[in-house]
Amino acid sequence: MTIPSETTSEPAAAIAPVASGGAPVGRSPGQLMWRRFRRDPTGMISAVIVLFFILVAVAAPLISMLYGKDPYTTYGQDRPDLLNEFGFPLLPNGGISSEFWFGIEPGLGRDVFMQLVYGIRTSLLIALAATIATTLIGIVVGIVAGYVGGRTDYFIGRVIDVLLSFPSTLFIIAFMPVLENLMVKPDEETPVWLRATALIIFLTVFGWAGLARLLRGNVLSLREREFVEAAKVTGASPARIVFKELLPNLWTPILIQSTLLLPALVTSEAALSFLGVGMIEPTPDWGRMFLRGTEVYTDDITYLMFPGIALLIFVVAFNLLGDSVRDAFDPKIRR
Amino acid sequence: MLRFLTRRSLGAAFILLIVAAVTFFLFFAVPGDPARLACGKVCPPETLAQARHNLGLDQPIFVQFVEWFFGIFAGREYEGLGHCPAPCLGYSFVNREPVFSTIVDRLPVTISLTIGSAIIFLIFGVGTGIIAALKQGKPLDKIASISSLIGASVQIYFIGTLAMYFLVFQWQVIERPRYVPITEDPIGWAYGLMLPWVVLAIIFTANYTRMTRSTMVEQLGEDYVRTARAKGMSARTVVLRFALRGTLTPIATIFGIDLAGLIGGAIITETTFSLQGIGRLSIQSVNNSDLPMLMATVLLAAAAIVVLNVIVDALYAVIDPRVRLS
Repeated sequence: MTIPSETTSEPAAAIAPVASGGAPVGRSPGQLMWRRFRRDPTGMISAVIVLFFILVAVAAPLISMLYGKDPYTTYGQDRPDLLNEFGFPLLPNGGISSEFWFGIEPGLGRDVFMQLVYGIRTSLLIALAATIATTLIGIVVGIVAGYVGGRTDYFIGRVIDVLLSFPSTLFIIAFMPVLENLMVKPDEETPVWLRATALIIFLTVFGWAGLARLLRGNVLSLREREFVEAAKVTGASPARIVFKELLPNLWTPILIQSTLLLPALVTSEAALSFLGVGMIEPTPDWGRMFLRGTEVYTDDITYLMFPGIALLIFVVAFNLLGDSVRDAFDPKIRR
Repeated sequence: MLRFLTRRSLGAAFILLIVAAVTFFLFFAVPGDPARLACGKVCPPETLAQARHNLGLDQPIFVQFVEWFFGIFAGREYEGLGHCPAPCLGYSFVNREPVFSTIVDRLPVTISLTIGSAIIFLIFGVGTGIIAALKQGKPLDKIASISSLIGASVQIYFIGTLAMYFLVFQWQVIERPRYVPITEDPIGWAYGLMLPWVVLAIIFTANYTRMTRSTMVEQLGEDYVRTARAKGMSARTVVLRFALRGTLTPIATIFGIDLAGLIGGAIITETTFSLQGIGRLSIQSVNNSDLPMLMATVLLAAAAIVVLNVIVDALYAVIDPRVRLS
């Protein structure tokens, strides 16, 4: 059951079909949301940009095949005509040419375009996994704290307090070597999957608290509403109340929060890689491109421009999308 | 007020204790040898044993934590290393001196970075927000929201590095950022940190403009503003004394979050501009596997967040007398 006021909050949309003749059409909140979203040009454009990034990530092997290069081959070192003796591209602007569209990486001489394309995969995959895990934990903990209340709520509240006070970036940087010391023997290389898993786990551990606190607040106010009381009076089981009464009313904040969470996690992952605890070579990664870019920027600024602008477009588009989703779901909020 | 402050300070101290305990146990109790970490990659056995003994690692972990904890208040003797005076956060095996003195050395850089940029973005953000609310001109509103979006999406290691490249190396309009103590040379202090201040301000200002504008517009429509106007007060008094006060609460909230974020996020800023503050110190202590130093920086960043939370909550009551502290 959904709060009735939500469906009636947009009388214009509900009445509109009557004017065009025919019987009034009932619309679910989802349909109403979609209609509002479609009428928002900013939202549609940013959705297209976000889809484009996802498509590039999915189709990376195809793009690689058509482009004829891969992100691992060190073209600059294999061919003497690409890099000078200091390892910088011979051609101006980072070695951009018809062959290497976005230039060549200084030093190793890999193709920048391919690194950027495959880098989206790494960043998106890690951020997506962390977003899903964060959202799930946030939902479960938030509902439990809000619905059960009492001592459980108090305990969860204090855990959230502590987590939100933790300097997360610093802690991850500090703990990554300890974890590796623990998991990897000194004479072995750190496997890529270990780094990826560790990043996802760390981002999740420090990410869920905010969402859980928000949802707890929502549940606390929903719990006192008449329809929940009515369900209780009719003898509905707690599971039914949570899944059929509370959860449908929480989808809006959950969806809004997770669309805003994903770009935040993409930038967090990039920041961690920039600080040297992100993805390791040779996996292509935007954050590590930043790291390399800031090392060589005085000689080759072009290399930094590509991940910088790509990340900026991605995050702006995703934030705009998040705003539009919020507007579409909740037209009462005026930003 | 006093009761509130006492209660919240106790709560804050409790959170810090938990943070300290969690960090301590995670770093020191994991299988693996913290002494080896403290001693470095190439470590002769006798140095290792010495390191283990000096760090107190031959004792049970709980005893270690208690000793570390009481060392903060009472100071501590390190065998073969010397005395560590009262706020003893540990002994850095790498620097061969108490952690606290290095922290005191580096803290002014991070504080200067934070306070300088905070002053700039607060004045500019709130100022343009008030103007935008009063004019409610559409172009300015659009500019504010677009720049706020870009400001919130841009990465400091990207625009910071770009600013360094163009302003310092290409056009040479400003020197490389550096830190001069304010007590030595106030002008050199401001000049040396100007670039990071401005870059940080670019990222944060727009958020304040947007927040101030929307709350101000709301406040200007309130009855008490109309009453003040009706009494014949000047526009300046109405806006600055009455309406502005109503907008301060949300600003105080995000300001507290941003300040804590600036201190905790100093790692990235200081790495980008190669300044030697607490952020760089934490990275260096990771690279040197200097656990006591690392513990201290984690604790310091947590303290910044917790203390600012208490201050912001107390400020609510100062700003808005209707807020009851309970």
